[in-house]
Formats: sequence, C-alpha cells, structure tokens
Amino acid sequence: MMTPRNRRALVRPHVVTGGRARPSRNIFDLVTLVTAAGDLPLTGLSPEKRRIVTLCRGGALSVAEVAGHLQLPVSVTKVLLSDLVDSGHITTRAAGPESRPEELELLQEVLDGLRALL
Amino acid sequence: MDSVLSSESSAPAAPGAGAAAGGMYVRDTVRRSVKLLIVGHFAVGKTTFVSTLSEIRPLRTEERMTQAGAPIDDLTGVPDKTHTTVAMDFGRLTLSDRLVLYLFGTPGQGRFKRLWEDLSLGALGALVLVDTRRLEKSFEIMDLVERHGLPYAVAVNAFDGAPVFPDEEVREALDLHPATPLVTCDARDRASSARALIALVDHLIATEREQS
Repeated sequence: MMTPRNRRALVRPHVVTGGRARPSRNIFDLVTLVTAAGDLPLTGLSPEKRRIVTLCRGGALSVAEVAGHLQLPVSVTKVLLSDLVDSGHITTRAAGPESRPEELELLQEVLDGLRALL
Repeated sequence: MDSVLSSESSAPAAPGAGAAAGGMYVRDTVRRSVKLLIVGHFAVGKTTFVSTLSEIRPLRTEERMTQAGAPIDDLTGVPDKTHTTVAMDFGRLTLSDRLVLYLFGTPGQGRFKRLWEDLSLGALGALVLVDTRRLEKSFEIMDLVERHGLPYAVAVNAFDGAPVFPDEEVREALDLHPATPLVTCDARDRASSARALIALVDHLIATEREQS
C-alpha cells in the first residue's frame, strides 16, 4: 500500500464550493481578518462552512490561517468565506492602508514592533 | 482562549512562543494586518526564518494551480498535467495591540503566477534570503520580486561552513541597486532574523518617503 505523497482532501474543491471557482465578493486578501458574527444557527450550512464558523467563533484569524487550520486551499476558503459573509455568519476587519501618509505611519508601527523584539 | 476546537489538529502555538500573544487567535484589540514575503529558492531557510519569528506554530496552505508544462514531481495525485500543488508556510507576529504581521514563506518559481499575484497584492515588501554557496539560484526569484514591483532587502542566511564573501562581491553577483539593503542573518536566531526584517522595513520607509 503506497502512502500518498500529499495528503488530499476527500472531496474535490469544486464540490465543496458548489462548482464555483471565484468568490461572490473580492474582499479577501490572505491577511484579511475574519471572525464569526453573533450566534447565527449553523442549520443549512455545508460541513465545511460549519467548520469555518466554528473555528471563527473562538476569535479573529486571517484568511490564510482559516485555510491552514482547516486544510482547505486558499481559493476554496475565500469562496466559502464570501458566502458566509453574505449569509451573515462571518464579518471582516479592515486590512490594508487607504492612503500614502497612512502607509508611512503603518510602516513606522511595524518598525517599532520589530524593534521591540530585540 | 483555550481549546474552542477540541477535535481539530490545530493545537495552539508551540509552548512559550504563542502564550504571550494569546495563543491561536489574533488578539481582540487588533484592527490591522499586514504581510511581508520571505522569498528564496528551495532550502534557503524560508521556513526556518518564519518559524523562528512566528508566535504561532507555522501553518501550511496548499493551493492547486493551473499551469501547463509543470515538472512531473509537482503533479497532484490525479493524472492531469495542467494542475500542480504549491505549498506555502506562514507565521504570525503580533506587533502591537492593534497590529499583526504575517510572514509568508514564498516559493521561488515564477510559474506560479496567480499565487504570486495573490501574495504580492498588498504586501509591504519582501525579504530575499540567499545562500552564498549558490547565489545564482536566487536570480529567478529576484527577477520575480522586481517584476511584481515589490520593494525588497536581501539577507544572506549564514549557513555553517558557507563561504563568507565581502558585501561588494555579493552585491555584484546579485546585481543589487546601491540602495537595496544587504544584511547577514542566522534564520535560526530570533534577534538576528528580527534585525533582517528591521533592515527591510527601514528601507521600505525610506522608499515611501522618497515617493511622497
């Protein structure tokens, strides 16, 4: 019996997303922070969506972390998260700077944080 | 924030590292997230670098890429030559009450075009790790970083026994712009790795000031 080189999901990604390759909204960067919104019932959600909402009930995580913890491809995770935002189960926190001066401020904050590690 | 997910394999971070930052989840006060790419050729120390600095046990994501003409060893289980799987390791570092930094160890092959677009979108910059025993292996990745318009710094990962060259020689071999920082680091050492990122962010700030 051969051991598979890569651990693969039991279902093909397209089955999980209902055949869609692209999310319904394009709000997700890899580091967009998501968290569960309130206590909406999980009835009617697919098993993967339930896993996402359950995971996100504990606190905020980035899109990449959700994908990593649940061992789902990032593209699939984005599609599912997008649906869950539409259905009100998940909310996002803003990511990314909006303007130049803000970008400088942000970089300075990154620098200060890194210096604090020394 | 203890085991919300009792049955998941995602145990909280490695002992010690994650505890200070509150374990698996991002702190409630955090409002911003940023990312830096840690790039370099195979076995240059990307994953070590990310692990050294990350407060969580580094996570791996896999992405199925549509790409013709990929080498056989990257094929997924299905005999379908247009799909390859590419893995990326990443870690997290809480920098302040409101800011977290994600570090993505990024594979160095240009053929993963969509992955690179996804990764470089919104990234502040890149740290290019190089190995003095095979500098020429970094050429492709440096082209890639430049093509995506990412500001970057170069860090020589000082492997035990690797030759030490004067900076000028490394700069010349890599054809570095005079303003591009070149530092030496030990990817196994936290302070040393942090200093390499500091050199990068210093450079990002200088670049940003010039443009504004």
